Amino acid sequence: MRPMTITEKILADHAGKGDVHPGELITCRLDMLMGNDITAPIAIREFEKVGATKIFDPDRLAIVLSHFVPAKDIKSADQCRIAREFAKKHRLRYFYDEGRGGIEHILLPQEGLTVPGDIVLGADSHSCTYGGLGCFATGVGSTDLAAAMITGETWFKVPESMKFHFYGRLAPWSSAKDLILYTIGQIGVDGATYRAMEFAGEVVARLPVDQRLTLCNMAIEAGGKSGIVAPDDITLEYVKPRAKRPWKVFRSDPDAVYHSAYEWDAGTVGLQVACPYSPDNVKPLADVAGVEVDQVFIGSCTNARMEDLRIAARIMRGRKVAPYVRCIVIPATHQVFQEALREGLIEVFAEAGCAISEATCGPCLGGYNGVLGAEDVCLSTSNRNFPGRMGHPKAKVYLASPAVAAATAITGKISHPQEVAAWEAGP
Amino acid sequence: MNLYGKAWKYGDNVDTDQIIPARFLVTSDPKELGQHCMEDADPEFAKKVRPGDVLVGLKNFGCGSSREHAPISMKAAGVSAVIAKSFARIFYRNSINLGLPLFETEAAERIERGDDLELNPVTGEIRNLTKGETYRAEPLPAFAREIMGAGGLMNYVAKKQGLGKTAKPTASDYDPQRD
Repeated sequence: MRPMTITEKILADHAGKGDVHPGELITCRLDMLMGNDITAPIAIREFEKVGATKIFDPDRLAIVLSHFVPAKDIKSADQCRIAREFAKKHRLRYFYDEGRGGIEHILLPQEGLTVPGDIVLGADSHSCTYGGLGCFATGVGSTDLAAAMITGETWFKVPESMKFHFYGRLAPWSSAKDLILYTIGQIGVDGATYRAMEFAGEVVARLPVDQRLTLCNMAIEAGGKSGIVAPDDITLEYVKPRAKRPWKVFRSDPDAVYHSAYEWDAGTVGLQVACPYSPDNVKPLADVAGVEVDQVFIGSCTNARMEDLRIAARIMRGRKVAPYVRCIVIPATHQVFQEALREGLIEVFAEAGCAISEATCGPCLGGYNGVLGAEDVCLSTSNRNFPGRMGHPKAKVYLASPAVAAATAITGKISHPQEVAAWEAGP
Repeated sequence: MNLYGKAWKYGDNVDTDQIIPARFLVTSDPKELGQHCMEDADPEFAKKVRPGDVLVGLKNFGCGSSREHAPISMKAAGVSAVIAKSFARIFYRNSINLGLPLFETEAAERIERGDDLELNPVTGEIRNLTKGETYRAEPLPAFAREIMGAGGLMNYVAKKQGLGKTAKPTASDYDPQRD
């Protein structure tokens, strides 16, 4: 049998084939489907329009209300109702409303609904996040979701794989966010189009699951079909207590064939910032340090897990958000919010003068809870900064890690965390 | 079978946030979405676009969010096809599923705003009537043509599954007879 990458192995397994090769069109069975309050209503309309009455397996469809909840206006309340009524009608076990759910890409791994070896089809572009657990996960539109709800399968063109190998040690204060921003800066916003991005190396092997999810989350910002980290002990330690289904561990063969391979020293990557107006306009922090900001956003499916909030709180503890600057903190799920509450992180943010809200995608996509005006400059831990992404097309958005975001909120200008907090007190 | 329209030309990385900004995602009504198509990239577009017109971009057209509202809004605005040097993957898939023909060709560079175009979705041939030039895009894979021919993915699946209804065409469905 030809040597295969982890992605090819998972696809072959789900297509019932011994092996697959890049470019081949295959049909795969699906382990988990996901829709949210924006994409599910269209999928439901399409599902019902063709006269479908049954979901192939209601326990394999998660509907998560995340983008505009709690409802931001009358129309979004109506969209949520469509999803909620459908969930009731089909007795969906995995339906998540406000106050119990959160952002789907953090919620599903947290709830054990995505496990190693899975194929996950999500009607949201950041569905590639789940690859951090060693599954093949990709984003699609509503119609693909609707068809999969009926059949339990979908077609894929087997992608070529690209390998990103990080060796050495992360620089102080640097994290998976810096690695993925650096990667996108190197290959561009279409550098991985149609391809699977496989992250490996000793640095990735030491990353906790939270950060592996961050790494894979932004694969789509390089055009990637998926991002993936091979499962290991760290993965299984995370998965075991929460998995709702059995998992299967796949790994790339040592002699598997890649479209391309990159090797980078994580120690020299340091802190990275994506500048307006593209996620590949990436510069070392030093090049943009000092740029004044009006708003800082710590949240989104990219960086709002406990790891992210801990490092932000460590920097903000006992300090205040700079005058005339606003800082918005949105924990990614209701459970993260509760944990942050128990650990005292919420108090740190509140004391610092941050605005804190229930889990939602909110300002990341210019939805609500922090939409930007034309003159606004924002530093955000989210994933996109194309024109208009967070509000007015002229607003400027810089993307960076939670550590840089927290330091920036305190000084009011893009700052290195060491300007604010000593490394000794750091992670 | 051929499509005719004027070109609306844009650059690299026309992302789905520019095609249909998130503030309009509170609805899935094609007509309403069509009224805001391309609003942040080109506020004139939705007002002036004529049925049959063609969107032309360069690299990585349709990147970003998976929102199907993007191709839905284009179709509802009257766009008959999209030409680009390359397409982002989810947008490409969504467009096939909805029956919006895509033409991938380096020749997208040659086309200027306002050029009169004649397109053949089966052969991938593009005739620039203004410039008197002919370009060729890679024809869609047979599998994709089959989905488009069925009137989109849902009709294709419904037929295969023997479901009762194939959907009546709406603004979001492929209508090869439109022109």
